[in-house]
Amino acid sequence: MSILVIAEHDNAELKGATLYTIAAAKAIGGDIHVLVAGAGCGTVGEAAAKAEGVAKVLVADNAAYEHQLAENVAKLVADLGKDYSHILAPATTTGKNMLPRAAALLDVQPISDIIAVESADTFKRPIYAGNVIATVQSSDAIKVISVRTTGFDPVTAEGGSAAIEACDIADDAGVSSFVGEELAKSDRPELTSAKVVISGGRGMQNGENFEMLYKVADKLGAAVGASRAAVDAGFVPNDMQVGQTGKIVAPDLYIAVGISGAIQHLAGMKDSKVIVAINKDEEAPIFSVADYGLVADLFEAVPELETKL
Amino acid sequence: MKVLVAVKRVVDYNVKVRPKADGSDVDTANVKMSINPFCEIAVEEAVRLKEKGVVSEIVAVSMGPKQCQEQIRTALALGADRGILVETDAELQPLAVAKCLKAIVDKEEPQMVILGKQSIDGDNNQTGQMLGALTGMGQGTFASEVAVDGDSVKVTREIDGGLQTVELKLPAIVTTDLRLNEPRYASLPNIMKAKKKPLDTTTPDELGVDIAPRTKTLKVEPPAERQAGVKVADVAELVEKLKNEAKVI
Repeated sequence: MSILVIAEHDNAELKGATLYTIAAAKAIGGDIHVLVAGAGCGTVGEAAAKAEGVAKVLVADNAAYEHQLAENVAKLVADLGKDYSHILAPATTTGKNMLPRAAALLDVQPISDIIAVESADTFKRPIYAGNVIATVQSSDAIKVISVRTTGFDPVTAEGGSAAIEACDIADDAGVSSFVGEELAKSDRPELTSAKVVISGGRGMQNGENFEMLYKVADKLGAAVGASRAAVDAGFVPNDMQVGQTGKIVAPDLYIAVGISGAIQHLAGMKDSKVIVAINKDEEAPIFSVADYGLVADLFEAVPELETKL
Repeated sequence: MKVLVAVKRVVDYNVKVRPKADGSDVDTANVKMSINPFCEIAVEEAVRLKEKGVVSEIVAVSMGPKQCQEQIRTALALGADRGILVETDAELQPLAVAKCLKAIVDKEEPQMVILGKQSIDGDNNQTGQMLGALTGMGQGTFASEVAVDGDSVKVTREIDGGLQTVELKLPAIVTTDLRLNEPRYASLPNIMKAKKKPLDTTTPDELGVDIAPRTKTLKVEPPAERQAGVKVADVAELVEKLKNEAKVI
């Protein structure tokens, strides 16, 4: 049994999500091969070869894969994947975009967002915004799976010495092209991998007030998130959104400020180790999941929190 | 051009579902059903493209039991021109849905297929991408902006870390993200008019599609309950507890 893991990267560095996905592959058991598809992605291949538990790294270095357009990469994954029992990718926007397309090319029903491996064909995944956990068994010959990173502990990034093999397939489906990209800049840790996350909701009232959260975040080395209400109100960009339709986080400490705690938001953070809620409405549903709740006006509590840290 | 919009009947997003006592499935008896919110956004985008004069006809399609007619009627009331129901009482997984849609795409030959990015029941986020593979069309997933330009479409996509714009040759597939638009409400006169719009019914058999499920749900269970927390009196106590009790800072 061998497993193909699709690496998440930006052509320059291997993203942490890959290490969590390799951990899921280890839980299934078997030879683990990592596919790095990109352009000028040699350093990513070298980084992947050092990851714990990896037996082989396949590097598909071609202009067709530069922006990892789903149409091109899915074809590559389906071609290579025929020889594997499992194909895994992290459940990031890149993985979710590409993987189902590859699965359909292989005529298999993929399994999204697994949080646990029960056996080589049985997995646990949340449905209905995380209100229900389903155990599903696949009867397909090739299991195509996306991995929710917060469900696994990452493998170490150093110490391995896998063989690196160039892969000379180059498919350009010719139906799509990359036009441009607009990435939000941030010096703080990435939301999905931060140990501490502090999030603001509609209660923040405007974008300027998020400055208070940034100050606390900088003292804690935390990432800053937001609820959908804060994003829709235009306080902050949407890549900060935590929830069913945004990012799923599971930090050691999650501080929810001015967030009521709708089902949609809870789906994105209720696996956090410790949850703190600061809200002036003591009936807010967020208090039902919070380990520590403070009923207070956030405009007094947050600056005070900052000075006391 | 013609647009095909896929809509799904799901448990209303305000309902908190629970697993059945025997763990066999989710309890959906007597629960309010609605059109999936992302599908509503898909219908709205199609209607806006029609209002701009880019689109001439909107076909809404749904699959599942007879009651899915209600969701198609909703789409018709919002501005779709006609509906197609693929009727079956069997369990439909995304691969089967994508195959049925492929059969309908072959027949209808739309220039664009718009779907929601995921349904809020299965949370799979697969059908649009799989239809892309089966039809060979380009895919613009998680779209927050759609601009048709001649024989291509520019789609701005929401990705981790920001936005990405891709250009796709038509025909193409678009899956909608939350921020693409704000769906309108159906007016009473439009709801009445929608009752007269054509709605064809077919079956997976007639489409020649094998819908046999590939995965089996062995068990559904509620997620692990969180321990009840405590309320703290002030910020000082909060910091003290985080430092000494929870030891997270």
